[in-house]
Amino acid sequence: MSTREVNVYSTPYCPWCKKTKKLLEDNGITYQDFDVAADRTAREEMIRKTGQMAVPVIEIDGDFVVGYDEGWLKQKLGL
Amino acid sequence: MHELIIIGAGPAGMTAAVYAARKKLDTLLLSKDLGGQPNQTTGIENYMGYQFIEGPELMQKFEEQVKQFPIEVKIGDGAVSISRLDGGFEVRTEKGETYQGRAAIIATGKRPRPLNVPGEEHLRGRGVTYCAICDGPLFAGMKVAVIGGGNSALESADDMLKIGEHVYLVSLTPLTGDQVLIDKVKGAANLTIFIEHETSEILGDNFVSGIKIRDLKSGEEQSLDVGGVFVEIGLIPNSELAKGLIHLNRLGEIEVNCACETGIPGLYAAGDVTNVPEKQIVVAAGEGAKAALQAHRYLQRLS
Repeated sequence: MSTREVNVYSTPYCPWCKKTKKLLEDNGITYQDFDVAADRTAREEMIRKTGQMAVPVIEIDGDFVVGYDEGWLKQKLGL
Repeated sequence: MHELIIIGAGPAGMTAAVYAARKKLDTLLLSKDLGGQPNQTTGIENYMGYQFIEGPELMQKFEEQVKQFPIEVKIGDGAVSISRLDGGFEVRTEKGETYQGRAAIIATGKRPRPLNVPGEEHLRGRGVTYCAICDGPLFAGMKVAVIGGGNSALESADDMLKIGEHVYLVSLTPLTGDQVLIDKVKGAANLTIFIEHETSEILGDNFVSGIKIRDLKSGEEQSLDVGGVFVEIGLIPNSELAKGLIHLNRLGEIEVNCACETGIPGLYAAGDVTNVPEKQIVVAAGEGAKAALQAHRYLQRLS
């Protein structure tokens, strides 16, 4: 479990992004945050990987979910 | 069977939950999400007690207050129908679960109104967005269209004028938003306003590539090349679950009287899903309180 890779693609004012990050932080999950408003490369990568233009995108060990989906996150993270 | 089921966990539903808990009602709070519409609101300056607070933060505080009480909270599964049952109501959810309550409060709020045009559903999340504050920055440097003429549309246009290459504001009516907002965007060099224009189609394969608009006066059609479409044409009530059971007005809102009663004993409705005027957090919270107190009175009379 310690090798689990969690990436969050988000924008600064997006409420659902904040909620996602809070859920991760509250459960002690470390993640890498990509601000796709400022980081053009990350933005393009997110769009290429998901085929969508919406945030937040959460990537856990290569699987993606677009949007705040508490059930999916908890299941994926074993919470 | 619970004593009370509250459907929806926005300002109305969460306030109802606190009032119900303080009356020690055996309560189930059932909702697709926690917080509802304020989760998409940045700054709130008219909820008393806070001179300024962000929507999600206020809803976080509501949630913490609800969770102080020993009531059952089920989030992540929305209600799809409510029906009458001997001695109460049965609520069925998206995941096929059923819950029973002797009384129920519908507080399911509203959601963004879709355009209902070809291309919209297919391109949702692929350039079509209903959350400008979330997805707006993804369209930096692009041409975008904002559909609508009210305050939300004007605010989205204003945000996108700063980061987008060009903004087309397309409104079915003359602009109806506040004059201050109209003045703010009006002179921008990268803005084109089309009033009395209908959006008839959203174009694109994998991503949005343009829209088709039609001049209501001349009937003339034209296409605009855009990579993003921000739909800001108001809200519709989440009242489908109650269709056939209770009366909805022509806007689809649940009609209630001043005691939040729907006409069916034991069934109440509160907040933005109802015909109560003024869709405001403080109003919805107040209506939620009323509905819970009325439900408590009803349950007392039954026992």
